[in-house]
Amino acid sequence: MKKIAILGAMTVAGLSAGVASAATLDDVKARGKLNCGVTTGLVGFAAPNANGEWEGFDVGVCRAVAAAVLGDPAAVEFVPTTGKTRFTALASGEIDLLARNTTWTFSRDVDLGFEFVGVNYYDGQGFMVPKELGVSSAKELDGATVCIQTGTTTELNLADFFRANNISYEPVPIETNAEAQPLYLEGACDVYTTDASGLAATRAAFENPGDHVVLPEIISKEPLGPLVRHGDNQWGDIARWTLNALIAAEELGVTSANVAELAAAAGSNPEINRLLGTEGTLGAMLGLDADWAVKAIAAGGNYGELFEKNIGENTPIGLARGLNAQWTEGGLLYSPPFR
Amino acid sequence: MSTISDPPSGSFQLSMLINDTRYRSYTFQFIALILLILAFAYLGYNLLANLQAAGLNISYKFLGEPAGYDINQTLIPYTSQSTHWQASLVGVLNTLLVAFLGCIMATIIGVVVGVLRLSNNWLVRQLMSIYVEIFRNVPVLIWILIIMAVFIAVLPQPRDFRGDDAEASMVLGMFAFTGRGFYLPAPVFGAGSGVVVAVFLASIAGIFAFRNYAKKALYERGQLIPTFWPSLAIFFIPSIIAYFILGRPISLEYPELKGFNFQGGIFMRNSLIALWFALSIYTAAFIAENVRAGILAVSKGQTEAAASLGLRPGRIMNLVVLPQALRVIIPPLISQYLNLTKNSSLAIAVGYMDLTGTLGGITLNQTGRAIEAIFLLMLFYLAISLGISAIMNVYNNAVKLKER
Amino acid sequence: MSDTHAQSVAFVRDTMLPEQPPPASEAGVIKWMRENLFKGWFNSILTIVSVYFIFKIVTGAFPWFANGIWTTNSLAECREILDGATGACFSVLTERWNQLLFGFTYPPEAYWRPTLAFFMLIVAIAPVLYPKAPRQLLIFTGIYPFLAYWLIWGGTLLAPLMVLVGLIAGYFAFKQFERQSFAMGMLAGIVAAIVVIWAGGVIPASMPDVLALQAIQSRDLGGFMLNMILGTVCVSLSLPLGIMLALGRQSSMPIIKWICVIFIEFIRGVPLITLLFVANVVLAYFFPPGSNIDLVLRVIIMITMFSAAYIAEVIRGGLAALPRGQYEAADSLGLDYAQSMRLIILPQALKISIPGIVNVAVGLFKDTTLVSVISMFDLVGMIRGPILASTEWNGVYWELWGFAVFLFFIVCFSISKYSQWLERQLATDHR
Repeated sequence: MKKIAILGAMTVAGLSAGVASAATLDDVKARGKLNCGVTTGLVGFAAPNANGEWEGFDVGVCRAVAAAVLGDPAAVEFVPTTGKTRFTALASGEIDLLARNTTWTFSRDVDLGFEFVGVNYYDGQGFMVPKELGVSSAKELDGATVCIQTGTTTELNLADFFRANNISYEPVPIETNAEAQPLYLEGACDVYTTDASGLAATRAAFENPGDHVVLPEIISKEPLGPLVRHGDNQWGDIARWTLNALIAAEELGVTSANVAELAAAAGSNPEINRLLGTEGTLGAMLGLDADWAVKAIAAGGNYGELFEKNIGENTPIGLARGLNAQWTEGGLLYSPPFR
Repeated sequence: MSTISDPPSGSFQLSMLINDTRYRSYTFQFIALILLILAFAYLGYNLLANLQAAGLNISYKFLGEPAGYDINQTLIPYTSQSTHWQASLVGVLNTLLVAFLGCIMATIIGVVVGVLRLSNNWLVRQLMSIYVEIFRNVPVLIWILIIMAVFIAVLPQPRDFRGDDAEASMVLGMFAFTGRGFYLPAPVFGAGSGVVVAVFLASIAGIFAFRNYAKKALYERGQLIPTFWPSLAIFFIPSIIAYFILGRPISLEYPELKGFNFQGGIFMRNSLIALWFALSIYTAAFIAENVRAGILAVSKGQTEAAASLGLRPGRIMNLVVLPQALRVIIPPLISQYLNLTKNSSLAIAVGYMDLTGTLGGITLNQTGRAIEAIFLLMLFYLAISLGISAIMNVYNNAVKLKER
Repeated sequence: MSDTHAQSVAFVRDTMLPEQPPPASEAGVIKWMRENLFKGWFNSILTIVSVYFIFKIVTGAFPWFANGIWTTNSLAECREILDGATGACFSVLTERWNQLLFGFTYPPEAYWRPTLAFFMLIVAIAPVLYPKAPRQLLIFTGIYPFLAYWLIWGGTLLAPLMVLVGLIAGYFAFKQFERQSFAMGMLAGIVAAIVVIWAGGVIPASMPDVLALQAIQSRDLGGFMLNMILGTVCVSLSLPLGIMLALGRQSSMPIIKWICVIFIEFIRGVPLITLLFVANVVLAYFFPPGSNIDLVLRVIIMITMFSAAYIAEVIRGGLAALPRGQYEAADSLGLDYAQSMRLIILPQALKISIPGIVNVAVGLFKDTTLVSVISMFDLVGMIRGPILASTEWNGVYWELWGFAVFLFFIVCFSISKYSQWLERQLATDHR
């Protein structure tokens, strides 16, 4: 079947070439699957479990979008991407949505031609060192050998930080998290630096997590969010408002447990009614069913549920909500109103 | 008479384009050309459509922008404020460095092993063929990764050198072999060191002049002048005298453990050593086979003829066997050098910052300019390959058997 | 008469002495050792150094193997059992063998499929490698690619079957039109094949469940299986391409010649890794927008081009090695280009080139490990990524890498031994 499909693609490509990838929604619906780009494996954010099923916080976003668009949270094809391949994979249409803890920066948004649809995790770059080194601040790292995961904004922040503090270091560039671990554990580098969430996830996988500390300095702003291609605003809207729906659902107290009940009939809170499609036509405006948000929330729960299940304090990763709490609780999560 | 075999000029028919061998090749070439143009147009059209859909364009402006990242091994001045272009240059030099070191070491190991495979010592012969078979039949990437892993896991880290009862100590107080790399003493050139270096270079030139003179004496007057000991003397004595007369202007700086790492001296990173060593022993296994084949290709009659002329074994090797064997050895040897240079792009597996690591790695990741970066990357390797091929052709023409 | 000298000589021997054994230094083991191990001081030193070297390796490795532990669930448990003694922790191999061989996303209940495909590969390849194998097996060789595709990727058997039918139709069309001219036959064959495959595509599409196995995505392939698949597929695809390139390079038509020269020199001038980068991050831009060609296929395209260029050079060597008389003889028989190539030149040139082609194939098979650099989980990728990074097996270098070396060595060494054997078989010049 595949061979035939490819032959067909080759021969009639001229026909299809004219139809640019403008209508991602139609493509996804026709395909019946959402192609979602994730990392090659970062526990808590996106990693295959023992049965080969993907799970994690970023995976939850993919499943929510799939549920909103196709009605089935399992209708996702996860495409593992590296720092090098992720943008090409998105730009070339290999994936429809990239949910791979990618930092929202000016040049990526403007120059590379992508559209960040929001922030699903406010992160910052941190340092992890073995306890026995006795280091308590990143400013004491003069002359240290630092393992960096390349392909991220990490190496740029690091260069800026050390230059600003006028201290020297020896960078050791590493392609993936998995390769960095043995280097760090064997002592080929003194310090491992990546996003604080990634550090926590990495440390959780160590045999003795207690032997390593994450330094207090957070040297950068890393708003991580899902992104889509420029130019297809409808698809961008769908991704953006699915993410917002998850955030708003937590704010409004809609959870995967009570969403079916709340969506059964219009309730007293008009904002919930509009969100769940029992009032107004928000779904139709997006080109989706009226109960799109219900499906998205039912897929894996609201933002808070996803967080707690995958990276929260009761998981091995053990991240506190911190900046990622709702704005009502002193965090930065703030969904625009659904009206 | 000749007009009979020529077709009448007016009677050209369309079918002759297919059926007449004189025109058929034009038809085929025309079709091939059209197909080629169509293929390129198709690919180019897709490219444009894709780029347009993604809102991208092809531009090399990123090369002039600040790179923003640091590189650990830089042979030319480089900071994070330098441009992507300079970062690429650093990468090019690092590629050339590891390729150069690798070629030298691979040649040395390869020649030794190749000669030993023909040794009359049974045990050594077997050991060498085991070496050759094992290294030829396992991917070089695995060797690079094994050597790197072993390097990191087996050698002590700088932290093991610390403290009074340290687990590891420096060799001779000068060399520190750590999992991060080797720290070696570095020469420090003080005032007057220029003279010493000049004397040293002059004595090397002197050795060549002396050898030329000895050769001439041998060929013209039949006078045999010993060359080995005088050469050795010329090599050492003038430089040492100059060194002491000028009051030892060149001193050594020893690496010292300060803070997290050793400071001072020359630092050879583990990635460089692992890559260098792995490429060398892998390529050496192939070179050994070339050397062996080259020596075997010189027929026994040549050796016997030389012996019957009364040449001693050393001279038979130098004057009769080697010049002929080299003609066979050198072309495959150069293509092995080429392979080694291309394989050095696997540096990315151990984080050595060669061109694939800078231009094809971090620069590509940071700027997202995949097409441009990879195009430049290929262009560089292509230039090196074509350059070496050109040299090889010149050499082949020079040593070609002059058949008359 | 015999006693003539009885008085003049004190003693006359009248029986033969029994034969003495040769001196100890000139016979048996000692002679062999003297000649092969201790001939001159230099050889003696070499021997002693080698013996010491072997002794070190054996004494180092023996307890490591002998104390090997095969049954634990993590490195920490291994260390506990060993309790400071030297010993290998082979349990990583017993626990992760499926990931090392098949990758971590290939469904375990389908492991029999690639395994079966592998054993069928041995049968299918036998008639190609051994001229003495029964010729009927060649039919199986022809069917094998379609069968293997079905086994490994799953889906309905009808899809590869339809392609096979298309190719057979193309072959018959070719035979039909070949009498007119080779080019016409080729054209007719290609057109027929495409039409049949195109039209027949409806059948598997409408009956996706007939003789269907569970469909498996390309990106779920991994481990040593991925190396084997890439190696076999790319070498077999690049053979015809390489032959065409070699012929094109020899051609007298300048445009065709230069297209081939530029292609070959370009591909041979760049490292495979850059071509894989192209497959990974650039190639997608050159396909029509919206077409979704997965990474394994893109990698297969690039590796095939890579090996085709090398094979073309080997075959060019074979073509150049043929005496000019062969070309002239073919011409003088009145054969056209296609006929002379097919009947006279190529059979001989390919025969000369086989050892070279096998060498390229070994090199290519080794190079398939490079896909781990572009985040595909082949054997090397599995070891570097998921296994060495897992909490249980962090630090098990020797055992894992030793296993990888062992697998590649077995395969490559036997292929290169085969190539040497074949070279001797094909040596017809009786030097």
